[in-house]
Amino acid sequence: MKVAIIGATSGIAKEVAKIYAARGAALFLVARDGEKLDSVERDLRARGAQQVERYLADLSDLSLHDAIVSAAGSAVDVVLVAHGVLPEQSKVDNDAQAQVEAFELNATSVISLVARFATVMEAQRSGVIAVIGSVAGDRGRRSNYVYGSAKAAVHAYCDGLRSRLSAAGVSLVLIKPGWVDTPMTIRSKKNALYVHPEAIARGIEKAIERRSATVYLPGYWRWISLLVRLLPARLVRF
Amino acid sequence: MTTYGSNHESWGRWVRSKPARVIDVQWSSELPRVDDLVLPYGLGRSYGDVCLNNGHTLLDVSRLNRIRHFDVEQGILDIEAGASLDEILRLIVPRGWFLPVTPGTKFVTVGGCIANDVHGKNHHRAGTFGCHVSSFQLVRSDGTRLRCSAGENPELFAATIGGLGLTGLIVSAELRLRKIESSAIVAEREPFRSLEEFDRLSRDCDASHEFTVAWFDSSSGRNSKGIFFRGNHAGAEAGAPVVTRRRARRLPIAPFSPFFGPVAVRLFNTAYFRANARGEPRLADYDPFFYPLDAVANWNRIYGANGFVQYQFLIPDGAGLEPVAEILDRAARSRRASFLTVIKRFGSVPSPGLLSFPRAGLTVALDFSTRRSDALLPLLELFDDIVEAAGGSVYPAKDARMSASRFQRFFPQWVEMKKHVDPGYSSSFWRRVTG
Repeated sequence: MKVAIIGATSGIAKEVAKIYAARGAALFLVARDGEKLDSVERDLRARGAQQVERYLADLSDLSLHDAIVSAAGSAVDVVLVAHGVLPEQSKVDNDAQAQVEAFELNATSVISLVARFATVMEAQRSGVIAVIGSVAGDRGRRSNYVYGSAKAAVHAYCDGLRSRLSAAGVSLVLIKPGWVDTPMTIRSKKNALYVHPEAIARGIEKAIERRSATVYLPGYWRWISLLVRLLPARLVRF
Repeated sequence: MTTYGSNHESWGRWVRSKPARVIDVQWSSELPRVDDLVLPYGLGRSYGDVCLNNGHTLLDVSRLNRIRHFDVEQGILDIEAGASLDEILRLIVPRGWFLPVTPGTKFVTVGGCIANDVHGKNHHRAGTFGCHVSSFQLVRSDGTRLRCSAGENPELFAATIGGLGLTGLIVSAELRLRKIESSAIVAEREPFRSLEEFDRLSRDCDASHEFTVAWFDSSSGRNSKGIFFRGNHAGAEAGAPVVTRRRARRLPIAPFSPFFGPVAVRLFNTAYFRANARGEPRLADYDPFFYPLDAVANWNRIYGANGFVQYQFLIPDGAGLEPVAEILDRAARSRRASFLTVIKRFGSVPSPGLLSFPRAGLTVALDFSTRRSDALLPLLELFDDIVEAAGGSVYPAKDARMSASRFQRFFPQWVEMKKHVDPGYSSSFWRRVTG
């Protein structure tokens, strides 16, 4: 089995990679920081990855995306698109440029890569594309609307693309994690709803196995998110 | 299950502490330069304040947990220091290896095991955790990166093992694992009715069994009942090694727990004794054998809002049983509930650390609720007197209250240790016992 992981040094992606490594998969890892990727690569080899290929790239540079997808090669069974950034909302509130940059990394670059992998997989008539969205994309919130709006774009894109790919036997799995205790949320105060990325990773593996359409992780976020969406805008100040 | 999103307290929850900041250290290539006294923090399983740094900085290393290399043929594991024993077991057990030494919980980091030079049920054979660490990488606060082993930087190697995290940041370590043919343990239980009987049993079994430990219902002092646990790794006939998957339960503990008084403890102890009285050999899973308390993720909460202290002391060989007996008698007379009294004979394998706690003799760990601590502290002070007169010592990893002068007499080598402490490192414990 060949698994491509985009944003391989991110908190959730690393845990997913560990699961596939233990299953003896061949891994293709894309990340920006070579030293971090070194340590991730050594870890995955020790866990039993049959093969680890790596590709260093700044994913915000869309001109590199064609090269990334061709480096991943043919016969990729699973691609996990996991890169992203959570800007500190209060710091970017009055910085349009920073907002656009965050949006481009979280939405545009994700769409750009997913589109390219979709073309390849549609031609090979097999494969699973898993994309990490977020409960933050279900409704814009004052505390993270820049991040949330990008995720919302990704959600809508994935929903449409999924319908197109189904004819070719390719699945698109959209993952919507709730609050995960990763470096991305290091500044947030932790409460009982924060879960370990390892638990999220197990859920992602299962969703890929089942070729689910959209999964909330942990599952109870489906209901929290529903409630949050139903609240009337006039009353909402969060 | 490793607990993330920690509140950075210690396991006993009695010492109140608030770090000025907590820095997440995830990558060895990206270590922070901090303009404050720092202390590495792993999973917070130290009982007292060796893992606390009140008013200063903690470096949370629980995500510095990647494997660097695993030589499956030789059983040598090179791993980052924030990795937990839980993660390591899941990796090594299916491939026929086991931890050479393990404490009573798997939710501790490699760095913490080195820094406290922890011991396990096989101390009489294998010595401490540090005996199986062939080398580690240490980064000092000035940015110097050192490889330490018996041959390279040997003084810093010895000062770091059992060095309470004060000599710098242990980034990764190389461990020599123990080969197993099965993950099962051939376990036996034998009841005993006094400290003397325990002592005889222990001396008899240390030659025949790799793992020995006893649980003691200390309510009747030296004449209390207890259960002696002994075991050996099973052979290949017990089946191939497999990882135990146990789901830890959480006690629904309210902030105060009035029903855990002395009566409840007595009932619990009696029930436990009855349940464990029979002792024919059976094949036990390694997880419940080594980590019975890991089944309850938050067992430290049963003592309620004030937390608890654990008093673990050592009475060296040669001092006889009397000092232990006297402490047990006094603990029983105080009628202060101790859920778990654990007793173990340490062997004579020398500990490699400068400040290591284990040496040949008897060690006993008693838990005390810290409710009415004004009466508890003088009692523990009295225990210190007995321990000191017998030439013993108290385990820093468990301690929350010993005085500076006492520590300095228990560990006269602290003067030597001081020279190796990184000037950028400190802890609540270290300030308390050297300040």
